[in-house]
Amino acid sequence: MATVSKITGSSDFSVIEGSSAGFYALVAGLAAVIAAGLWATHAMESEGHHVTGMTNQIVWGIPHVFAIFLIVTASGALNVASLSSVMGQKMYAPFARLSALLAVALLLGGLTVITLDLGRPDRLVVALTHFNMKSVFAWNVFLYTGFLLLAALYLWTLMERRMNRITKPVATVLLLWRIVLTTGTGLIFGVLVAREAYDIAIMAPMFIAMSLSFGTAACLLLLMATGACTGRFLDDAVVHGLKRILAWFVTLVLYFVMVSHGVKLYAAGYQGVERFLLLEGGVITSMFWMGQIVAGSLGPLWLMLWPPTARSRPWIAAAAALVLLGGLAQIYVIVIGGLAFPLQIFPGKEVIESGFFDGVVSHYQPSLPELLLGLGGVAMSLLIVVLGMKVLEFLPNFRSGG
Amino acid sequence: MADGSNALADKSRRRFLTRTGAAVALGLAAGVRFIDFPSARAESSAVSGTQRWGMLIDSSKCASGCSACVQACSDEHGISGHGRPQTDAQWIRKVTLRDNESGRETSLPLMCQHCENPPCVDVCPTGASFRRADGVVLVDKHICIGCRYCMLACPFKARSFVHENLSDQKPWSPRGKGTVESCNLCVHRIDEAKGRVPACAEACEREGHGAIQFGDLYDPASGVAKALAQQESQELRADLRLNTGVRYQNL
Repeated sequence: MATVSKITGSSDFSVIEGSSAGFYALVAGLAAVIAAGLWATHAMESEGHHVTGMTNQIVWGIPHVFAIFLIVTASGALNVASLSSVMGQKMYAPFARLSALLAVALLLGGLTVITLDLGRPDRLVVALTHFNMKSVFAWNVFLYTGFLLLAALYLWTLMERRMNRITKPVATVLLLWRIVLTTGTGLIFGVLVAREAYDIAIMAPMFIAMSLSFGTAACLLLLMATGACTGRFLDDAVVHGLKRILAWFVTLVLYFVMVSHGVKLYAAGYQGVERFLLLEGGVITSMFWMGQIVAGSLGPLWLMLWPPTARSRPWIAAAAALVLLGGLAQIYVIVIGGLAFPLQIFPGKEVIESGFFDGVVSHYQPSLPELLLGLGGVAMSLLIVVLGMKVLEFLPNFRSGG
Repeated sequence: MADGSNALADKSRRRFLTRTGAAVALGLAAGVRFIDFPSARAESSAVSGTQRWGMLIDSSKCASGCSACVQACSDEHGISGHGRPQTDAQWIRKVTLRDNESGRETSLPLMCQHCENPPCVDVCPTGASFRRADGVVLVDKHICIGCRYCMLACPFKARSFVHENLSDQKPWSPRGKGTVESCNLCVHRIDEAKGRVPACAEACEREGHGAIQFGDLYDPASGVAKALAQQESQELRADLRLNTGVRYQNL
């Protein structure tokens, strides 16, 4: 049986062969989804955004749900790297490279979606040369760029033996950086004083907890998938270690969700938006209770903690997949739910007539192009991971039964 | 030497224009006018923080069912609908309210409130959303990337995203597909040497309602400043302390 102590240098890692029919089918499938996403972008940019379900009321839609999900997950995908290189948990050392590759891939996928959804994606260079330093968005441009550079540097320190000695300091900076990065992502909503569903500082730590949870789930699934598809050995200790960590992170997210809603339920001025999100919001309410809470949090917790399923790899994989689906539902509730609830411009008064949908809940019907754009981002992330494993030595060499 | 004489010529031209502007402003400022024609500066000189353009809207004078201000805005800026109200742009809208306690109904026009501390400007990543020194909040269509973050931040839903291809644009009010836009206080009008009031205020006056009073909030002689000094007024979402340039009475 292979042990982690055997990992001493780059010779313990290898590329995937990437010559099987399954490999080509996977690459072709992902490329097809990306092509569909690009077609969707073309449709949105040439026709205008009216071909999406987004409106002047629901300003952000499915592309933002996917983009934020990918960006948040990217930050947490580095958990395995941090466990290994910062906290010295050697069991995870063989998977640190893969963890960093996944993080970079997810961030690139998310940033691509958010860029292609812009009204003027051709002005990306403007976004990279004109900065309003009071804007959280502008901070994020630096945080995302820095994350990519640091992750690349970290990979270099792992892959180049002479650089190994600085792996720990680089990994430590990267860990701190991603905490700041996810704080920045959460604050995109936290600083919006006008919207009752946002305007709460807890968004920042909640997003950090979400990133830890979704990222661990994504990493666990990737380790299990690469193990199964390439015949590599994956130690039970790694699977169960990550499962236990994931259960803690899922609980932490639940805690923040509970506190944020609890605080707002307490304040008279916010009870309307809470009633909408938790009781009367239709799709949003279903997405919250059935998607985020039951399927995305309690379900996976049950699967990961109930002994009969907690020992089974398929059930653990199912739990991780549910955490990711629950994460998508959670971000959908945050983005769409927060925008669907009407702005309270006139406290103490009821809007009885408006030429611009004041005082009424807005409805959102996602269209095919925006869904394809979001899925295209996911496919792009996965394709980067698959091709990355083909060209550079990301995977440890343990063989089944080795 | 040539540079020096050019500079002198520039200086004297600037002085001439400034004095002319000031003379026109003084001439127009004589007496109390309902609508102030904003011409306190020369057309070629930069705007300054000594002025702050704003509006006072008296909702008791705003006639229910009248949408002359909305129509005038659309005509002025070439805003036409595509039969898709959810995505069609709107810079100004009419809202009718009922007080939860008294049941009293009021009607008012709602547009960009031209805040002194505008959340849209704070969140804009590229600086495309900006506030001019004279208080007008604008979008620079050349550097707006269409991220719509400003639309999330605006407490008044005053901004629209251009969801469609555009045609027949007005040369004085350029728009851009994929960018965000909102009421610009008819900046092309107020920047004219002689100054004209925004189209909505003009239309309201023409209809005989006179609910929208426009002028320089910092000029104690302006009608709007006098009215604000004499009667109670309020800003929308005063709790956010945005110090809006648009104020309401009898809401």
